[in-house]
Amino acid sequence: MGNRVAIVGAGMTKFVRRAQETGKELSYHAAKMALESCGMTLDQIDAVVLGTAPDTFDGVHMKGEYLSDGAGAWGKPYMRSYVGGGTGVFSVAQGWYHIASGLIDTCLVVCEEKMSSYQPHAQAAFLTIFDHTTERPLKPNLLWIFALEMNRYMNTYGLRKEDIALVAVKNKNNALDHPCAQIAKAVTVKDILNSEVLAWPVQRLDVSPVSDGAVALILTNETIAHRVTNKPVWVEGVGWALDTSYWTNRDLCYPRYVEEAARMAYKMAGITDPRHQIHVAEPYDPFDYKELHHMEGLMLCGKGEAPQLTVDGVTQRDGELPTCPSGGLLGVGNPIAAAGLMKVAELFWQLRGEAGKRQIARKPKRGVAQAWGDLMQVGTVVVVGI
Amino acid sequence: MKKSNIKNQSSSEGREVRIEHKKSLSPHYSLLTTKFQGVGLSDDDIKKGKVCTTHWIGDTKYAWDQGIAIGKYLEGLKHGKILGVECHKCGRKMVPPRMFCEWCFKTIDGWVELFDTGVVNTFSLCYVTWDVKRVKEPQIPAVIEIDGASKGMGIMHLLGEVNPKKVYIGMKVKAVWKSEKEREGAITDILYWKPIK
Amino acid sequence: MSDRVAIIGIGATQFRSISPDLSYKELMFEAAVKAYEDAGINPRKDVDTFVTCAEDYIEGTSIFDEYVPDQIGAALKPVHTIGGDGLHGLATAFLQIRTGRFEVAVIEAHCKPSNMLTPDGIEACGQDPIYNRPLELNTHFIAGLEMNRFCYETGITYDHCAKVVIKNRKNALNNPIAGRAAKLTLDDFKYADGIACPLTDLDVAQPVDGAVVIVIASEAKAQALKKNPIWITGIGWCNGTPSLESRDWVRPEYVTKAAEMAYQMAKITDPRKEICFAEIDDRYSYKELQHMMALKLCCECGAGQCIERGITDIRGEFPVNPSGGALGMGYLYEATGLARLYCAVEQLRGDAGKNQIKNAKTALIQAWRGLPTTSAVVTILSVSGGNDGK
Repeated sequence: MGNRVAIVGAGMTKFVRRAQETGKELSYHAAKMALESCGMTLDQIDAVVLGTAPDTFDGVHMKGEYLSDGAGAWGKPYMRSYVGGGTGVFSVAQGWYHIASGLIDTCLVVCEEKMSSYQPHAQAAFLTIFDHTTERPLKPNLLWIFALEMNRYMNTYGLRKEDIALVAVKNKNNALDHPCAQIAKAVTVKDILNSEVLAWPVQRLDVSPVSDGAVALILTNETIAHRVTNKPVWVEGVGWALDTSYWTNRDLCYPRYVEEAARMAYKMAGITDPRHQIHVAEPYDPFDYKELHHMEGLMLCGKGEAPQLTVDGVTQRDGELPTCPSGGLLGVGNPIAAAGLMKVAELFWQLRGEAGKRQIARKPKRGVAQAWGDLMQVGTVVVVGI
Repeated sequence: MKKSNIKNQSSSEGREVRIEHKKSLSPHYSLLTTKFQGVGLSDDDIKKGKVCTTHWIGDTKYAWDQGIAIGKYLEGLKHGKILGVECHKCGRKMVPPRMFCEWCFKTIDGWVELFDTGVVNTFSLCYVTWDVKRVKEPQIPAVIEIDGASKGMGIMHLLGEVNPKKVYIGMKVKAVWKSEKEREGAITDILYWKPIK
Repeated sequence: MSDRVAIIGIGATQFRSISPDLSYKELMFEAAVKAYEDAGINPRKDVDTFVTCAEDYIEGTSIFDEYVPDQIGAALKPVHTIGGDGLHGLATAFLQIRTGRFEVAVIEAHCKPSNMLTPDGIEACGQDPIYNRPLELNTHFIAGLEMNRFCYETGITYDHCAKVVIKNRKNALNNPIAGRAAKLTLDDFKYADGIACPLTDLDVAQPVDGAVVIVIASEAKAQALKKNPIWITGIGWCNGTPSLESRDWVRPEYVTKAAEMAYQMAKITDPRKEICFAEIDDRYSYKELQHMMALKLCCECGAGQCIERGITDIRGEFPVNPSGGALGMGYLYEATGLARLYCAVEQLRGDAGKNQIKNAKTALIQAWRGLPTTSAVVTILSVSGGNDGK
């Protein structure tokens, strides 16, 4: 059914708090590196897709159009997709359906974010994601919805902050081996628990930073993949689901929309036992508890069980199910859309044995990347295999 | 590098694709030695004018039509009432109101008056404002399940008149309203929710 | 496995200059209910993927896709937003169905420009922040520059452009959902206010509120559900340069490339002969003529003469914008392309009432994303699914 689609090249920029480069330049650097990594040139690319999150960060309306030249789209079919924070992983699904349709043979997937343009701080831009009548007059803060969700999750399953903090420790330490990392640091649980309380139960070191950065992948059909590289990484399954916008009507303790997206992706990939058939996972981790929340949504463990896996070391790089070996958003940085695609790039490098110091020794053959976004609402999942 | 015209047999459109000969990782390219781009700037670089900057304050103002569902909800708030809607197919009583049941995909069947009391579903103690200013006394946002609506039907609002350390999930609360003449038909007609003793 | 994809349902609200009684959610719900009724489907069970088209700055809400699923029956289903015109959404859904993994797809777009209190300020945010915005010009200036150079190089006159407006707004008089119908004459243009010379306010399509929902399906599903599906035989899309400083002010190459992609797919070699009518973008009056040329739809006499001789009139040899276009229906921002698609489908089904074109068998619909973009989509629809000719 449809054509097989492979990832054949990847590139990214450093993730920094504020980049000198414009959004166009960041996109260009990532795209150029991705092309160079597989010896392809821009004229061999049939179509370009771009993922980037709120236009408000850059203060540019129709940001997709503004970035199109940096992303290599001049004179080409070009589209920008948008599902909030889920965009990074979704853009791979977008590239996938371009090629699986048979109309397009090669696709450049670019994700870019430049959050530093917004003054005084990008966080303030998030005011505008809330409902303009029933929520914005209360001056909500992005931290609120994470804190509300973290509290509900902890309360429902009786989880401890000490266990959740282990995720931040793992990821920030993992990121020390990532050349593009923004805030890699050798931290301990004590550091996390002593950090400033932002919106209880969320503390400063539980949170990923605001960042600028870009990532790009090259996707091709099967025939071309075999010509370009002897190690194509196949897009085996894609899934996405968007829950109701009435988030206050939902129980935030479980991300059912991640499960829906995962089911769609696993079905396509022929996965029936995710816990054992997936060898490496990159769930979205803008906050430490989110990695756990999403591991459960991805059905890598039962509800409320993810913290125990972390405590037991299962999710370490040398554990049974390495999770966020890249260092994730907590360690590498969170330029929203680019962060999601960074996770897929990580799987690409891990499966090919090119992850350098971050390489998982066990030779993973199959990985899952997942991103999340909107008002605790969207799950986007991609399964890749070699 | 030689380029050859190779018919792409997997494309049903029969287009030609030019692609180079087979290779593994391009010999001159290695991730281990590659230089990642991206120049980080500090606050100082900008304040001291080491880089050029431009500034823009947008003129972006909106006035949103509330429509039937939220329009009536706001009117209810002005009169000190919390209104919800019901769907007879799934039996849910919903708040905030909407003209359609999103699960059954049909128009709602009627309006119900709910209570101005509820139960805290989840909450937080927030020490940072929306525009990133630190505050001593925390704001207490919460999702409050409204009495009279179906289980789990909550709205977001603030808690007040409560010791932050004493807030818990499951706490019963009641709305504290603005005075009648101060109400304008907005979610802020409810000042906050306080615990019911 | 067949590759064919068809339109099986369409729904739209009235296009009005204001819609104070309804929120955007309620507008979307109305269009969705109509489209699903037309297609005979239940979105909760029968639809595999939903694509919506929106831009945050137009809505006044960031991450706007948060708010779309409920009112189109898409809660907890595969939904995503494309930052593009409704026809970009159509291309997306088309690709998804062609993968073979999805059988029924829904595309939605809407807008409520009446809720934008400072439309000029909002549109200005689309200009390049470093090179263009500091000049503090109303965004229409870009169209003024283009119209000036276009007319200068092609010999098309301002009267030709005015006649486009007169034709389209007159067509809209017989289109029940149109919001900006009017009976104008050339005299009216003498008194029109200048916006960005040579553009006058009559040359610019005025915004309206509205929502459109389209349902498409794979061939197997289309045959099962609909007696007369309308086939999408070709689709193409392309971008030019976003920067003003490096663009061609006369020839929109990206429109030509998008059309070539669509023509190749539809196996059309002589568009003027093989297509019966066209709905093409006319956000600005001169744009209809510029796009006609880029789409290779003019006869040898040229676009100016096409309008002069009535060739593109509704009863002419090659009707262009029988719906009234954006000038006559109103400009719907991201929903513009879908609104034209809606009217084209009505024509092909024989449901266009007083504006019905005889023997309408194949249509071309083209969208342009508006200023300051160079982004276009072209799609070819056909009653029989093959090359019908006229």
